[in-house]
Amino acid sequence: MVVVAIAIIRMKDLFAVVMLAGIYGLLSASFFVAMDAVDVAFTEAAVGAGISTLLMLVVITMTGRDEKATRHKPLSALLIVTVTGGLLIYGTLDMPYFGSADAPIHNHISPRYINDSMQEIGVPNIVTSVLASYRAFDTFGEVVVIFTAGIGVLAMLSVGRRKEDDEEIASINDSMHEQHLVIRIVAKMLIPFIFLFALYVQFHGDFGPGGGFQAGVIFAAAIILYTMLFGLSTARKVINQTFIRLIAAIGVLLYGCVGIVSLANGGNFFDYNVLASDAIAGQHLGILLIEWGVGCTVAAVMIIIFFNFAGRRELYQHNKHSQNKESS
Amino acid sequence: MIAHLPILQVIIPLMAAPICLMLKRTQLVWLFSLLTSGLAFAVSVLLLQQVMTSGLISYELGGWQAPWGIEYRIDKLNAFLLLIISGISTIVLFAAQTSIEKEIPKDKHIYFYVLYLLSLTGMLGIVATGDAFNVFVFLEISSLSAYALIAMGKNKQALWASYQYLIMGTIGATFILIGIGLMYQMTGTLNMYDLSQRLPEVAQSRTVFAAFAFVIVGVCLKLALFPLHLWLPNAYAYAPSIVTAFFAATATKVAIYLLIRFTFSVFGLSFSFTTIPLQTLFMALGLIGIFVASFAAIFQSNIKHLFAYSSIAQIGYMIVGFSISSVTGLTATLLHLFNHALMKSAIFLALAAVVFRVGNVQLNSLRGLGRQMPLTMAAIVLGGLSLIGVPLTVGFVSKWYLLIALVEQGWWPVAGLILLGSMLAVAYVWRIVEVAYFKEPVGPPIKEAPMSFLVPIWALVIANIYFGIDTRISVQVAEAAAQSLFGVSL
Repeated sequence: MVVVAIAIIRMKDLFAVVMLAGIYGLLSASFFVAMDAVDVAFTEAAVGAGISTLLMLVVITMTGRDEKATRHKPLSALLIVTVTGGLLIYGTLDMPYFGSADAPIHNHISPRYINDSMQEIGVPNIVTSVLASYRAFDTFGEVVVIFTAGIGVLAMLSVGRRKEDDEEIASINDSMHEQHLVIRIVAKMLIPFIFLFALYVQFHGDFGPGGGFQAGVIFAAAIILYTMLFGLSTARKVINQTFIRLIAAIGVLLYGCVGIVSLANGGNFFDYNVLASDAIAGQHLGILLIEWGVGCTVAAVMIIIFFNFAGRRELYQHNKHSQNKESS
Repeated sequence: MIAHLPILQVIIPLMAAPICLMLKRTQLVWLFSLLTSGLAFAVSVLLLQQVMTSGLISYELGGWQAPWGIEYRIDKLNAFLLLIISGISTIVLFAAQTSIEKEIPKDKHIYFYVLYLLSLTGMLGIVATGDAFNVFVFLEISSLSAYALIAMGKNKQALWASYQYLIMGTIGATFILIGIGLMYQMTGTLNMYDLSQRLPEVAQSRTVFAAFAFVIVGVCLKLALFPLHLWLPNAYAYAPSIVTAFFAATATKVAIYLLIRFTFSVFGLSFSFTTIPLQTLFMALGLIGIFVASFAAIFQSNIKHLFAYSSIAQIGYMIVGFSISSVTGLTATLLHLFNHALMKSAIFLALAAVVFRVGNVQLNSLRGLGRQMPLTMAAIVLGGLSLIGVPLTVGFVSKWYLLIALVEQGWWPVAGLILLGSMLAVAYVWRIVEVAYFKEPVGPPIKEAPMSFLVPIWALVIANIYFGIDTRISVQVAEAAAQSLFGVSL
């Protein structure tokens, strides 16, 4: 990881930098697996190594792939970074040893999570019980963060498009994509399986690593794959902006409504015990519903972000194209 | 429903945000947002009343007991902050519809309201929660929406300003997260009250020291303490005017709340102020901030820049009050939080009205505006007087308490410097008065701002004067909050 990080800093070719960043994401995912944090690793592999690399590639096609050389040497920045790094290392000196059994994190709160969560919640994956029930409100907050990001992208990047432009872009895309015939056919066969896998991850979150976050990203990845091979306009015919925006909102609302229903049933916010007559059944129902909320919002926001980035790019290329035509 | 007030405070604007996306007409979205914010304000009033009469309220989310689940913990301090944030948000929203019509393209109005409500949610969430990690989650909500809102400004510079803020804000948030992570490692808990119980055991370790340093630096980035203030002037100047009015009154206040919460409640008074020379450090930075920012304000030609620098100076006053670490000092800081929110929202809202009529807020464009927009300009002048700290305005009350606190400690030179700092405020406010009232107008005649601006502006100006004369409510609450922080922690 250190080698890759240094390479990222030294490289001038941005394309290579993006690729290395993807590798970095994959490496940290493996690192998380080694630390037994499989759920986090899953997310990191899907987001860090997958989607974010894609988004950066889209940006590079707009900005050009070479970094501008700067002669300015930011010494003060180096100083601040060194101090911060020094402080971090200084902070580690008194830390309990990794994996030591008497470290505070193993003795204060987590014993209850490990010993009692099976009786209290009835879900084998403890990570899911903590995320979706004990600390459900944090997860709700995270979903809202993602929703905010999606709306932020919409507020800044969404551009009104004219219909003629759309059609012209579509025809350019069609001519361009005929070269990728093999990939197109393979992708068409693969996409249903990716969807299926996403659904599996969505429902399997209770028992093994997985859940709404990961499933949402995988689901979005399938749609992004389709968009890349068949063009944005084709994809937009299937999923238009208003629809996907609605899905993002519904995800947040679904999650929140679980809380409101538990309020109405006489419990505290996100108290799933009151959702059904039996506490365990209530916990199951609550977790199932909120995982769906998470999945909807995450998938929708990922698609929104990609569509708007890519939409910008197409418009940009289209403008350049028509400028060239005029000048010739 | 009374028992659920703490969560309703945050959940109402949160759930309203996605619902906004489903409404079609912008007029309707505006009304809906206004209603939501008003409802949140009503909840905060009820909460404050409840806290003042019966003390601390604890609310267990998900029905899980505190250190295992997330807890909302409302005491006098955060009830006061909740009131300020939701109140200002509601008043500012009154003018939003008219103001953004000229500043934001029509098809993005809905996104504006969604982001505005999310930002409100984020701030309320940070303040209401009693869980350190939950603070970070809501900090992300409020920051992300803030970046997007600032980037919606009509000039190209808005994007750059937002980008600067994004970089600085992200570093700040990451520092806070590192700090929280280190604390968790040493104590095994994320609940603030639980942390305050368990941190003293390990207070001597280097890890806790590093955690403290990261949290404090991160929070100071967010609150734009000198010398970490560089993101603020551009962010305030180029954001849409309504956003500036909202953020200038609330965003930095939330960060100051976090500073107080972490130093007083989580790490505890003795650790924060005796183990580490926080007192001298903050006193010095606060004073330097007052002078540097006030001088910078005098030389600005964009009025929004001018008042943005003045905000940094006012933050300096709050930090000085904080660094005294006495009950009176903290009371002064809390009072100034409240009072500064009133002044700055009035001033920036009046500037929004100027932008609406004139198109920009360059000092030159203000020539003769005192006669053309008399009510708006009078509001700016009254707000400015309050900034200076003229008697009968709120500014006087908080500076008075600050001076008393300094004199109690026998720090006469500092008290002198504070008075000198106020003189600088006279200088920059006078520049506006001079241009607006003693210069002949240029260009076509300009009409007074519409009622949708004047009503909220003057509501705030009257509040500025009312709370300057009748100080019972604000002083009582601030004092009670400060006392409870010095009494038992949390």
